[in-house]
Amino acid sequence: MGIFDYLKSKETPSSASVAKDRLQIIVAHERSKRHEPDYLPRMQQEIIDVIRKYVKIGDEDVQIQLENTADCSVLELNVTLPE
Amino acid sequence: MAKIIVVTSGKGGVGKTTSSAAIGTGIALKGHKTVIIDFDVGLRNLDLVMGCERRVVYDFVNVINKEATLSQALIKDKRTKDLFILPASQTRDKDALTIEGVQQVLEDLAKEFDYIICDSPAGIEKGAQMALYFADVAIVVTNPEVSSVRDSDRILGILQSKSKRAEEGKEPIEEHLLLTRYHPERVAQGEMLSVSDVEDILAIPLLGVIPESEAVLKASNQGTPVILDEEADAGFAYTDAVDRLMGEERPLRFLEVQKKGFMKRLLGG
Repeated sequence: MGIFDYLKSKETPSSASVAKDRLQIIVAHERSKRHEPDYLPRMQQEIIDVIRKYVKIGDEDVQIQLENTADCSVLELNVTLPE
Repeated sequence: MAKIIVVTSGKGGVGKTTSSAAIGTGIALKGHKTVIIDFDVGLRNLDLVMGCERRVVYDFVNVINKEATLSQALIKDKRTKDLFILPASQTRDKDALTIEGVQQVLEDLAKEFDYIICDSPAGIEKGAQMALYFADVAIVVTNPEVSSVRDSDRILGILQSKSKRAEEGKEPIEEHLLLTRYHPERVAQGEMLSVSDVEDILAIPLLGVIPESEAVLKASNQGTPVILDEEADAGFAYTDAVDRLMGEERPLRFLEVQKKGFMKRLLGG
């Protein structure tokens, strides 16, 4: 490794550390989805369709989350209505 | 009680069959009666890696369909005492494996064998799920590379939710990480995920690290499990992994960059 490579390596993180960061994010995301029931995306779409009958909203305006605690599951629905 | 070990990974080409062959041989060398089952129906390859491809008469699916008995289908390894192979079928029928059929074969094998190694196909489809369903122990074969690590995490999720132990609420499958095709030089240069990087992400105990080695290809060319190569780092690393699987303590080897000798550097080796 020449001196210029050494200087350059100080600025840009190594590709392995980029790989690790990306993996940690995607794996955490996929793990959080792991316990979601299979019907959740379909249910979200149907809820969007129902709301759309009355209000004009985009696909991103509905957030749906299922949280499992020891003895109960909470389905959280967040709809952003237009002004 | 026979112990059922699945060798799995999600991603293909990471070294499941090489590892199944090496670990199965290693366990048998310790005097435990061992059978390795090829679950890759339609893409049989364990027979080639074990060097018994010309001795396959009946296969796993024949036994499930009662077209042959287990003793007719089992191939006794010529090199290692106490080691048997149950080859996969070359049928294209992907429903050839049934849960009841696999269970029956495993129960029959459990009467005679101490260890049953299930060499899983790649993917997360039926064949892979069938290979891991009855497992007591899982060896997750992973390469230090993004897609392999992600797929390994997916397989861990399946082990924890879709296995028999998970479904019946029993003690979970014992999980082990086997990191293969490891290049210490590239890790030192920051070009490859390190052992600890992969351990941090997958968060399961490390069974072993197998260095990238020319001996692996040489061994499969010859149909000899690489663990029998008495000169190869990869062979020693598999021996260590088998020792750890049996509960012995072994320090990790071959993680450091090999210093090139003066002559090797001079000759550009």
